[in-house]
Amino acid sequence: MIHQYKFDKLNIVLDVASGSIHLVDDIAYDVIALFEDAKKEEVVNKIYEKYKSESVSLKEVQNCYNQVLELKNNGTLFSEDNFAPIAQTLKNKSKGIVKALCLHVAHTCNLNCSYCFASQGKYQGERAVMSLEVGKRALDFLIENSGTRRNLEVDFFGGEPLMNFQMIKNLVAYARKIEKKHNKNFRFTLTTNGVLIDDDVIDFANKEMSNVVLSLDGRKEVHDKFRVDYAGKGSYDKIVPKFQELVKRRNNQNYYMRGTFTHNNPDFLEDIKEMLNLGFTELSMEPVVCAPNDPSALTKEDLEIALKQYEDLAHLLIERKKEGKPFTFYHYMIDLNDGPCIYKRVSGCGSGTEYMAVTPWGDLYPCHQFVGEEEFKLGDIYNGVTNTAKQEEFSKVNVYAHEECRDCWARLYCSGGCAANAYHATKSITGIYKDGCTLFKKRMECAIAVQIADMIEE
Amino acid sequence: MKHITTLKTRNLCESAKHGGCGECQTSCQSACKTSCGIANQKCESTKKESK
Repeated sequence: MIHQYKFDKLNIVLDVASGSIHLVDDIAYDVIALFEDAKKEEVVNKIYEKYKSESVSLKEVQNCYNQVLELKNNGTLFSEDNFAPIAQTLKNKSKGIVKALCLHVAHTCNLNCSYCFASQGKYQGERAVMSLEVGKRALDFLIENSGTRRNLEVDFFGGEPLMNFQMIKNLVAYARKIEKKHNKNFRFTLTTNGVLIDDDVIDFANKEMSNVVLSLDGRKEVHDKFRVDYAGKGSYDKIVPKFQELVKRRNNQNYYMRGTFTHNNPDFLEDIKEMLNLGFTELSMEPVVCAPNDPSALTKEDLEIALKQYEDLAHLLIERKKEGKPFTFYHYMIDLNDGPCIYKRVSGCGSGTEYMAVTPWGDLYPCHQFVGEEEFKLGDIYNGVTNTAKQEEFSKVNVYAHEECRDCWARLYCSGGCAANAYHATKSITGIYKDGCTLFKKRMECAIAVQIADMIEE
Repeated sequence: MKHITTLKTRNLCESAKHGGCGECQTSCQSACKTSCGIANQKCESTKKESK
């Protein structure tokens, strides 16, 4: 299977199974489009008819056809996807291994954002914070279940995790004490709304957090529409200087400025520009996750706008790099030469198997987006996974378990997508969230085009 | 005349032979948290196939 598309003057052809990417001229682009559906003579004649007025000879078209054929023969074009039968075996390589936990250290929040998928941090439950004892047990559980994996990831998440900052500090100290003994390397991440950032938080985060995710929606009026305190006051003015200070003292690296775009701002490129104006360069902007009847949900018209915004974002990235003012957009970071292996590409996100979320009281869920949905509770950090039937469902989610993904060119770039989004859209974790797919595919096309534009420039 | 330029990319079929060390980051962890994909993950294997 191939996927071909045009981006500005670039003709791009992706070979899905081999992962090959070809940059082709107009003639080859048209030859490739017809190649599998017609015989050589027919293809060559059709293309010759199209281009003969441009002084292209029949011989040249035949030559082009042969170049396409050569790629097919060497397995980099129209290659067969033989991964489906081995996908589950590949995924099973990590069976029984847990390597990442999302610690919900605070099911409470000091902001009251109406679009929050975690319902202001409470996850449809009671407000709560995680005790140090629960935190320690969670890390012990992770070490015990991580097999030979050395790199263990732990997110401090909420609600607003800094509402339990002292516990986080104590827990990280505990982790640093035990990691060497077990030959592990903890990588911590903090996701915060910024309200409680102070010098102490900055010093700690910049010493101990591999990454910090800072929530900012972009333009002040966009940010302050949703990200308000309990008195209804916008948080933009309060948090931006704090984020700037934290990022500066972090040497402008290993962070993401993460925004959410909603029905209120499908023109999210303006928000990205605002982030750039504020001096931030490591950026992420995510489509809102909410019920379709929620006022902030993206409409079909919004999706159309967003697709165009992704293209314009790609142009902005290319332009700024040329001007010596580069920035990073999370979804356009793609390392063509050193990206994920096929194991990763078929295995999916790992939710419910190698990645789980832990509630303040120690319950385990497949990921942060399932927390609070009782039927998804897998067990707890004391007794491990007890709902083995539910976990088995997750362990069987490889990309080919999604019927719709089998015919999708992007399947080895997304690996089946988000199980939570699929479930909320279709009531099945092997379903797909169609609007998410539409946006994802556009992002991948743009990401690859940006890479190619970059290579050409170099 | 050359009509096609093939970019240097990781050969996925080859990666099946040595892949699966599992050291790479879990997908939406630490960044987006809501719209998963694996394409932007970096390989962390110390024993990669020659590319």
